[in-house]
Amino acid sequence: MTRFLQGLYGGLGQGSVYALIALGYVIIYKSTKIISFAQPGLMLMGATAVAFLGPIYGVPFYLAVPVAMVLTAGVGMVVERTALRPMVGKPVFVMAIITIGIDIVLRVIVNRFLGPQIRAVGDPWALSLFTIGGAAYQVRFLAMMVVTAVVVAALFVFFRSSRLGLAMRATAFDQEAALAQGVSVGAVFALSWAIAGGLAALAGMFVGTTAGIDQNTWVVALKALPAIIIGGLDSLGGAVIGGLIVGVVESLVAAYQPQFAPWLGASFSLVSPYAVLLLVLLVKPYGLFGTPEVERV
Amino acid sequence: MTTVAQRTATRPSARRLRGRPELYTSYAADMALFNTTGKRLGVGALALVAVLVTVAVTDDVLRLLAVGCALAIGAIGLNLVTGYAGQVSLGHAFFVGIGAFTASVISGDPEARTLGYGVTEILLWLPAAGGVAGLAGLVVAPLSSRLRGLYLAIVTLGLVFLGEHVFREARFITGGFGVGRPGPRATLLGFDLVAPGPLLTADQKRYLLVLVVLAILGVLARNLARSDVGRSFAAVRDRDIAAEVIGVNLTRAKAQAFTLSSFYAGVCGALLYTITPVIEPASFNLGLSVQFVAMVLIGGVATISGSIMGALFIALLPRLTQELPRLLPFISSQATGGGLITSSQLESILYGLLIVVFLIFEPRGLFGVWLRTRNYWKGWPFSY
Repeated sequence: MTRFLQGLYGGLGQGSVYALIALGYVIIYKSTKIISFAQPGLMLMGATAVAFLGPIYGVPFYLAVPVAMVLTAGVGMVVERTALRPMVGKPVFVMAIITIGIDIVLRVIVNRFLGPQIRAVGDPWALSLFTIGGAAYQVRFLAMMVVTAVVVAALFVFFRSSRLGLAMRATAFDQEAALAQGVSVGAVFALSWAIAGGLAALAGMFVGTTAGIDQNTWVVALKALPAIIIGGLDSLGGAVIGGLIVGVVESLVAAYQPQFAPWLGASFSLVSPYAVLLLVLLVKPYGLFGTPEVERV
Repeated sequence: MTTVAQRTATRPSARRLRGRPELYTSYAADMALFNTTGKRLGVGALALVAVLVTVAVTDDVLRLLAVGCALAIGAIGLNLVTGYAGQVSLGHAFFVGIGAFTASVISGDPEARTLGYGVTEILLWLPAAGGVAGLAGLVVAPLSSRLRGLYLAIVTLGLVFLGEHVFREARFITGGFGVGRPGPRATLLGFDLVAPGPLLTADQKRYLLVLVVLAILGVLARNLARSDVGRSFAAVRDRDIAAEVIGVNLTRAKAQAFTLSSFYAGVCGALLYTITPVIEPASFNLGLSVQFVAMVLIGGVATISGSIMGALFIALLPRLTQELPRLLPFISSQATGGGLITSSQLESILYGLLIVVFLIFEPRGLFGVWLRTRNYWKGWPFSY
């Protein structure tokens, strides 16, 4: 039972990080109809910025994170303006591949800063634990859950009741109609990339807690892809739930699979999100909360 | 096609009017592989150059070219499914891996640590490598008939990760992470195709082997593209629902595309590791898939010659970036850095930038560059 609770707790914590990244993917997808494969690069960039600002330049952690988020948001906007705006109207696949190219470029630049060593992000939680009923739980997972909950709440309020949020919803619904109503669709594109960049930076910082970051940390951001597909590409709530599902599945598989299904091999938990992805899509091709496409010939 | 059409297809110039190179009197003549004299001479010259290269360049360059030709087979495969049939696949590396391991298992040493059956006959293991990979493609194909566009891209991406896990764990086949197993040994009817002989060096033999297979599979793919199967692929790509309405069996066309593409990928994997001595299970990762996508996009979507150009370009790119530090002082050749950027960093940054630049400025890829050059000189000194 303790093992289950610990697995669930850790999974929900890790899952909320996936949810943050997944929200970035979905926000970009909703406004621009692109899946941005540049998210891993942005995430690593944000985490690196925190690692440099905090431990190396001595900026306080709680100031370093927002600064890194703003920086990464800025990079996201630059990427959108330079590489994707010229391609508006081209097939979605082409745009997706462009973002892969951008991702490679971003990661090379970031790796140049990171170097071969592991870098700490200087988080205040480190390995601190709290105990309930004799079982120890890591504080950092609680921090992940709380921060994600706050961010998600803020985003929902933003989309529901601000002018810009309304503009973004309108653009997601119908770009041309939004344009005709005076919404600056370009600004919405830029803003969605900025939000996604900021969320990626925040998530990257969380990924780096305790263990630190290195050149391979970017792979974590790819696990948010099963999350968005499970939740449905165009559903913000789905992204959060998908992220949590992926986190919990991964954590519980890590806890139980070596004992109950050792034939699946060591560290199967790392690829279990993709297995879940295949199963969900075979049953529901548009994810749990996605809108089925209506096609006209 | 009828026999008459086939006869004209083989001799397109038979019904050609003198001095009117663009006038075709039959559909078959229009669709023929070599529908102009220029093409026939050009391809002939290219084939000659490709063979002469064997003795003209040093062995290390030849090895790169051989790798390029092997990759070209895989790129053609990806182009069949992504370029011609429009089904985005990021899972190509998985099928390449299956081909490589199948070939290696069939031809492997039975006494070795890893599974092997010791059948080194290439006529057996090469089709088998393609066949097993193709079978895997057929198994995956139902996913593609249920999913579309980006959903499919992400599922195939998941396939790469699952495949990587399987390759890592199935140690009795793959040798395990960081260790690997030797690549397939190739003999043709008892004649050793890879060991250095009195006439040709090992690299020359391997290059010729890969070149011959590439030529066969390239012509096959080009032929397929202009057949009814190829047309059904194009219809599915351009508008899948419309294709279904005009009588294309969507499920079947997609299954065909995936199976064929995986077959090519399998052959590519098998040949690739006759050149590279050790198969490392970790090399069939997302990076390799993206490399194949880059080959297709840089070379030219839905063109066979473009796939070959793209693959050769990507294969020669590392060599190019290694040469650059000598010309440009701000690039450092040491792995630890020092200059502004190291050559390996430059290489990966060039992948990324080239993909972006080609997609924005020349969506038809290297093939498009070639078309523009050709058309410029066709009309020279006039602009059209």
